[in-house]
Amino acid sequence: MKKILSMFALVTMLGLGFTGNTFAEDAAPVADAVATQTAPAADAAAIPATEVAPAEAAPAAAPAPVPNKGDTAWMLISTVLVTLMVIPGLALFYGGLVRQKNMLSVLMQVFMIFSLMAVLWTIYGYSVAFTGGSQFFGGLSKAFLAGITPDSLGATFSKGVYIPELVFVGFQLTFAAITPALIVGAFAERMKFSAILLFMAIWFTFSYLPLAHMVWYWDGPDAITDAASLETVVANAGWLWAKGALDFAGGTVVHINAGVAGLVGAIMVGKRIGYGKEALTPHSLTLTMVGAALLWVGWYGFNAGSNLEANGYAALAFVNTTIATAAATLAWSFTEWSLRGKPSMLGAASGAVAGLVAITPACGFVGPMGAIVIGLLVSPICYFFVAKVKYWLGYDDALDVFGIHAVGGIFGALATGVFVNPALGGAGVVDYVANGVAAYDFGAQMTAQVYAVVTAIVLSAVVSFIAFKIVDVLIGLRVSEEAEREGLDTSAHGERAYHN
Amino acid sequence: MKFVSAIIKPFKLDEVREALSNLGVQGITVTEVKGFGRQKGHTELYRGAEYVVDFLPKVKIEIAIQDDLLDQVIEAIEKSAATGKIGDGKIFVFNLEQVYRIRTGETGVEAL
Repeated sequence: MKKILSMFALVTMLGLGFTGNTFAEDAAPVADAVATQTAPAADAAAIPATEVAPAEAAPAAAPAPVPNKGDTAWMLISTVLVTLMVIPGLALFYGGLVRQKNMLSVLMQVFMIFSLMAVLWTIYGYSVAFTGGSQFFGGLSKAFLAGITPDSLGATFSKGVYIPELVFVGFQLTFAAITPALIVGAFAERMKFSAILLFMAIWFTFSYLPLAHMVWYWDGPDAITDAASLETVVANAGWLWAKGALDFAGGTVVHINAGVAGLVGAIMVGKRIGYGKEALTPHSLTLTMVGAALLWVGWYGFNAGSNLEANGYAALAFVNTTIATAAATLAWSFTEWSLRGKPSMLGAASGAVAGLVAITPACGFVGPMGAIVIGLLVSPICYFFVAKVKYWLGYDDALDVFGIHAVGGIFGALATGVFVNPALGGAGVVDYVANGVAAYDFGAQMTAQVYAVVTAIVLSAVVSFIAFKIVDVLIGLRVSEEAEREGLDTSAHGERAYHN
Repeated sequence: MKFVSAIIKPFKLDEVREALSNLGVQGITVTEVKGFGRQKGHTELYRGAEYVVDFLPKVKIEIAIQDDLLDQVIEAIEKSAATGKIGDGKIFVFNLEQVYRIRTGETGVEAL
């Protein structure tokens, strides 16, 4: 425990060391605050002619843009919805799936990870993810949110449309907080609480932040006026953004990233005692259903909110989220029904989550029929990994973080490249130079998607492996056998979930 | 005096209690139990994990009665708890040495 505290102290000191520069740098370019950050892969923006005209007609001496109150309100609501996904949603979804003696440990892990990441995000995470630096790692000019005031503006996907930067900070905070929390399902019921917190701090810093930067960092649409300025924007942008990889709401950044870390964790932490011999059954599928339902509802903020504006593209993402999830729920249930004889509640909930994961990168790019196809296909694929591959390979991914989030995320990322095609009903990719929809090129788009998928897998696997090794050396990964048998609720947290 | 312990299907409890009350049985102790007999368990599936559940939920009822009531009690339980399907349960009969009513200190048949 002392070691952890000293780690945190170190991180804080590093942060303090950087603030000096921070203020100095930030005093200079005010425009910096205006242009930088913005999330989901470029291009989904709506650019109806009416909006373009004033934006272009307002060069030099125009007054600073004023954020639209509707956009701001929608983004605040979206941020609340993503928070709803995590603290009650994910926690209950996972909590119901573990044994009664470990219920509180899972709730506590999700709760604490959210809180830890929220603090780290504001100290240095936002700056590393959403300021310029290299193509792989941002800078520290906005560490401690230096220079960000209620008047600071953040770009959206439409030219001349801004939201308060603080809204963007808060919205992206919830993404940074849910992603590490997703991982805990893989090594649930056996890992040391202190080890989890330390691992998450390292993984967040070296896997989440760089990937978010690589996929989502760019200078915003107003920086693009002609081919030359586009080149400048591409040169400044994150590595995968520059490659043209599409990830609307976090299929690679969130789901592949977390899922792969889960697989590495499940293998390195090892199997639960009794795995394959004793019944390790979910203690409350009722709570799991409640959690899945909260995830589904919250995911509207996650996906439609990733549009950063309340417009038709937000509506597209919203509708796609519903139907892909519904299709995936049906597909999982019918798969299970035909292969195992009974359609289970857990199967329906698992299908819903798989559908939500798969539509995440695609939601603002594909059309509704593409979303249905994505939903119908993701469930059998995830089912195959969860019900077959896991047992063939013999790893104990307790709550199927890899089988659902990584596998569903990979499928979704690739399917995005296919169904973004306007010929397949997709919305296409916006060309900010011509201010229209760019021509679709299957080969180029799929290459970019594969780059993103492989980058996410390799980055997360390597960082996770090293992080687990470090944590193992410093504090050890697993609780004692005695503590595991007793249950983490009493052995690690000194309390019980239920008093019968 | 006899002590009768019967394992029955949980949903038959109310019928059994009613049949015993009609005979004048003054008290029953009920316990929720798990176990197995000749009835097979069932299989539960959680995503890919398959578990055979051997121990099925049953209800155990215990009653203390005077000797001359025994045959009627057995018959009442057999009738009311039967479904004709495997898993209906069993009845165990013991000789009961002594009974004390805690409140009054009565003993024997008086205390039943």
